[in-house]
Amino acid sequence: MSVTDKPVTDKAVTHKPVTDQVENQAVANSSTGQTAVPSTAVAEYALGLGDDALILAQQLGQWISRAPELEEDVALANIALDLLGHARQLLSYAGRAWDKSEDDLAYFRDEPEFRSVHLVEQPNGDFAHTIVRQLIFSSYQFELYSELVKSTDPMIQAIAAKAVKEVDYHRDHAVQWTLRLGIGTDQSHARMATALIDLWPYVDELFHDHAVTKDGKLKSELSGIAVVPSTLRARFDSRTAEVLERAELTAPATFIARGGGRRGVHSEYLGPLLAEMQVLARQHPGASW
Amino acid sequence: MTVSEPRTPHAVSAVTDAGEGTDEERALFESVIADDKRIEPRDWMPSAYRRTLVRQMSQHAHSEIIGMQPEANWITRAPSLKRKAILMAKVQDEAGHGLYLYSATETLGTGRDVLNDQLIQGKARYSSIFNYPAPTWADMGAIGWLVDGAAIVNQVPLCRASFGPYARAMVRICKEESFHQRQGFEILLELMQGTQAQQEMAQDAVNRWFAPSLMMFGPPDAESTNSAQSMAWNIKRFSNDELRQRFVDMLVPQAEVLGITFPDPELAWNEERGHYDFGELDWDEFAEVLAGRGPCNAQRLQRRRDAHNDGAWVREAAAAYARKTAGRAVEGAAA
Repeated sequence: MSVTDKPVTDKAVTHKPVTDQVENQAVANSSTGQTAVPSTAVAEYALGLGDDALILAQQLGQWISRAPELEEDVALANIALDLLGHARQLLSYAGRAWDKSEDDLAYFRDEPEFRSVHLVEQPNGDFAHTIVRQLIFSSYQFELYSELVKSTDPMIQAIAAKAVKEVDYHRDHAVQWTLRLGIGTDQSHARMATALIDLWPYVDELFHDHAVTKDGKLKSELSGIAVVPSTLRARFDSRTAEVLERAELTAPATFIARGGGRRGVHSEYLGPLLAEMQVLARQHPGASW
Repeated sequence: MTVSEPRTPHAVSAVTDAGEGTDEERALFESVIADDKRIEPRDWMPSAYRRTLVRQMSQHAHSEIIGMQPEANWITRAPSLKRKAILMAKVQDEAGHGLYLYSATETLGTGRDVLNDQLIQGKARYSSIFNYPAPTWADMGAIGWLVDGAAIVNQVPLCRASFGPYARAMVRICKEESFHQRQGFEILLELMQGTQAQQEMAQDAVNRWFAPSLMMFGPPDAESTNSAQSMAWNIKRFSNDELRQRFVDMLVPQAEVLGITFPDPELAWNEERGHYDFGELDWDEFAEVLAGRGPCNAQRLQRRRDAHNDGAWVREAAAAYARKTAGRAVEGAAA
């Protein structure tokens, strides 16, 4: 059967021809920040955001050719492409502080050097796990980028301004599926409930402040540039609670995972993911592709 | 009506069978074909014409969908972020082409669910080329350059196919395919300008994909069972051998730019013919792969079957949600 009630937005289902990839470089080349070199603090901040996007893009890429419906192959590829675009811009910008390219950072860092949060490292699981992970992450990222459009760092500002519109669609896609799976059948409801139990422990880490604060305040080098994550929590909670309620689901009362991704302390899942991502590049160090 | 010139030894003269449709309907269909205009979904058409199109268009759609797999396998391992983005977009294009072609096929009255069942039950064919493995990154280049290249040579004439929705779908698909071919060429160019290991990887991939890509045009004209009728109906415009020759003539100068060779000792310019000669292809291998005994037939189908089965509960949930919320909307309107 074809799903007649297509839960994807027009934007998400419109696939991106190969030519559109050029567009993603436009921000990175924009006149505002073409040669600006970020401070180490800003670079580390950008690296954390970029790693989250990169790891999640890598995960979503695994769905392509395996999705429940062709429309979802297209939609998940779209989201993965958007995230990969954000990652490339953020890593390229961060890399200027250390004279590294986006590929140096993606392919030639080891596990403890990555700054991704544990949520994006969690495996795809079934479609319910992928959707719950996406709902949590897109909701957080939407609040984050909505604030970063006011950043005084021109590159961070420009990247956020482009990304926030895309993330709004990612969130909509996740919300639409959350409703369908939450309300659809007993089985889909049960799978969503399981996915929420499995993934909710990783919510807290998204709002940990220690990477950007010192003595309880935003580091002075990041003043006006970065967002204190905990300030986003209330809006995240109310928005997700509203969606889950509509979907006849609840945020489970569960334990809180310890996190540590921003310090380079990762889950067991990251190592194999990086091994696969980096294998070819590392077989041919110095080669260009 | 008759085709103006017999384009193959098998060209047939009749485009409709007697005994089907009214005289008026048959005459109208024949005049549209004779004038090289387009048949649209609501027009009367002979059932054999409809069947041929459903078969060809759905095979084409299936090929796009199965064809995603060998490339999707490399998305997670692409050696640079730029290549990863391009490859993701390319495989996404293929899903889009599949969707587009299934939709065009649906205008002939056969639904996507039926076509999908035919595919996963192994009753439908797809391009045999996708039953070959893609073990190295250079295969991404060779698939783009050779496989998408052959697809374009096959598909450009289909932009003038007599069935409107198919012809229009092909216009868009060909535009994207041409980017795909260029990106494949560019992957190989980069490899050929790279390290010795990269050059060897590129040459090895081309060695493996050359003959299978030539076989994508189908069996030699003398053995092609569906060709003559399709040509009479203006679905097919050139014979398999004509298209194959056109492809070889196009490839040779491009291979020179790449500095890559083809594994065919008989490949040589023939001054007299004004074309490149090339060696006999291994049609026994072609028959084997077509019969399901190629290197990857089983795994390709199994992967599609798994995706379909694993996704069943998701599709059921979406359908159930649609039913439930349709009910709620009605209740809401009544209140």
